[in-house]
Amino acid sequence: MNPSKTLIYDGSFNGFLTTVFVAFEEKIDVVDIQRNTQGQNGLFSETETIFTNVEKAKRVWNGIRSTSHNAITNVYFAFLSEVDGIELTLYSYILKLMTAKGAKQTDYSDGIVLRISQLARSVGREKHRMEAFVRFQLTKDDIYFANIEPDFDVLPLISKHFRNRYADQQWLIYDVKRKYGIYYNKEHVELISLNLKEVHFNKIHKSDALLNEEYDYQALWNDYFKSTNIKSRINRKLHKQHVPKRYWKYLSEKKETA
Amino acid sequence: MDFNRIQEKLNVLADAAKYDVSCASSGSDRANKDNGLGNASKMGICHSYTEDGRCVSLLKILLTNHCIFDCAYCVTRKSNDVKRAAFKIQEVVDLTINFYRRNYIEGLFLSSGIFKNADYTMERLIAVAKKLRLEENFNGYIHLKSIPDASDELMYEAGLYADRLSVNIEIPTISGLKLLAPDKKHEDFTKPMLKVKNELLRFKNEHKVIKSTPKYAPAGQSTQMIVGATGETDKDIMYSATYYYKQYNMKRVYYSGYVPVAEDNRLPSIGTQVPMLRENRLYQTDWLLRFYGFAVNEILNNDHPNLDIDVDPKLSWALRNMHHFPVDINSADKRMLARIPGMGMRSVEKILNARKFRKLNWDHLKKIGVALNRAKYFMICDSRHWERKDLDAEKIKGMILQQSTGKFRNQYSTQLSLFN
Repeated sequence: MNPSKTLIYDGSFNGFLTTVFVAFEEKIDVVDIQRNTQGQNGLFSETETIFTNVEKAKRVWNGIRSTSHNAITNVYFAFLSEVDGIELTLYSYILKLMTAKGAKQTDYSDGIVLRISQLARSVGREKHRMEAFVRFQLTKDDIYFANIEPDFDVLPLISKHFRNRYADQQWLIYDVKRKYGIYYNKEHVELISLNLKEVHFNKIHKSDALLNEEYDYQALWNDYFKSTNIKSRINRKLHKQHVPKRYWKYLSEKKETA
Repeated sequence: MDFNRIQEKLNVLADAAKYDVSCASSGSDRANKDNGLGNASKMGICHSYTEDGRCVSLLKILLTNHCIFDCAYCVTRKSNDVKRAAFKIQEVVDLTINFYRRNYIEGLFLSSGIFKNADYTMERLIAVAKKLRLEENFNGYIHLKSIPDASDELMYEAGLYADRLSVNIEIPTISGLKLLAPDKKHEDFTKPMLKVKNELLRFKNEHKVIKSTPKYAPAGQSTQMIVGATGETDKDIMYSATYYYKQYNMKRVYYSGYVPVAEDNRLPSIGTQVPMLRENRLYQTDWLLRFYGFAVNEILNNDHPNLDIDVDPKLSWALRNMHHFPVDINSADKRMLARIPGMGMRSVEKILNARKFRKLNWDHLKKIGVALNRAKYFMICDSRHWERKDLDAEKIKGMILQQSTGKFRNQYSTQLSLFN
């Protein structure tokens, strides 16, 4: 019988793929896959710590991609959901992809396949929302700065969109919840972490870091938002469905209501 | 920037532009050029939503609300006593760029009241787009209004800078147009549409041979009709929409429930409720025609000139055509699957894929996300349990209505309430 083990990895996507590689190679009976920050040991299984190896990770990545382009997107997106136990679900998903005949990633009558495709969809929706709801504020250092607090870890997914779009301005998007950000210096995007004294909500009280002109444009945008509303068609339920309340504090047009 | 002046103008000119319902920013894939500003997202992005639940994706303003016409349905008509204002070209450019850089918008939607004449107005609109593209290297989305009766040369130039062009026919019937906008002729609206259609075809052909042919309105053209202003039937509206889709290759036809903006005995009085549910049913029909393979005369014809208010148009069609049902989920073709009430195209795709692996039962369908409360009466699957048994159309409709709720139900329900 193969040994039952709980595998521990460093929390990165490459780390996870390495874990999958090791589990396949050593034919391990996987009890659970956990981040090293979790540290929950099972009573009847051993644990093994996996060290990230980019070569091995790449082989798993290519292996999944060769079954379907759709599947590799699903795996990456679902991984970024950070849902509890996602690693083990993904492991079973990959196992199914590798062993089944035919396009297993489209078997929506299989619970795990459906679950992964739904999770990937949720993460995709959050990505799209962030592309919409980021509100840059121009700082005195001439950087367009935005704070976000997405449900899922979508910064790696939105970086390309913002780089392509705002190619001629410096910008910085900072994830307050996960404490890292992406910064574009007109040449390339880099990961940064900041020591933020205060989170820049779109507060009514003004910050020294921002230009006065910035508040003028926010006021104009607020006015525009109000005058484009048709009062006789009011539908607050639909409004909240499209712009859930948890995003309001970062949206300058909603600052009075947040 | 003279903040107060701009603020005042923006309030007037955004307020006047809001009755144009189109806010689409999709369909164009303009790339960012030479590290400039912006690109167009193929799927479009809604950056915010107003409290009436409509998407805000473009800065939608009029260049001016001065107008020489007196169309009864329009808030900027000559005889209406409202504050008038006009933007300078540079002011619109600055606003667009600064909103865009802050990720508020996908681009600009520029319309205008007609001052002097059609061509003079159209030239101004083009000047804004041209400045944005050539001087600011702006590659975001631009939607320009085609001014009725604008010349062909100007319509050609407009398409070089804009992603989408649109002209609103507003009144779906020619008789209605004569009544409400006596200064305008039906041909004034169709002339720019025809030019745009021909230019789009020309671009498509030339692009096959010469890849560097300059882009012409990559997101196509659209139009809008006002619903509930002239007593037209749903059949009038949808037949006319179908005509515009076919005749002018429209990307979209929008339906706008009439919001009373004036006391005029030709129109519903101020305070009349906006026909939002009717508008919703028209959009549902539009979708059935464009994505679900329905023909317009299946849904609306002389026997059924109006859509049902209490049930959606697909369910209504199914109840009139019970001989097509039940459909077997595990063997029916795509066309029939799409005709089951409560079944969306996404569910159809999932079913087509999943049934290659095993026969599907109620449980699978529920998890996939089919609206079984309606679908269950019209389908069979891998189960001996079949919901319809021997119910007739009336009974099924009754059961579906009983088991569901609707936001607008109280507006048309004939049931008296007990306590008021």
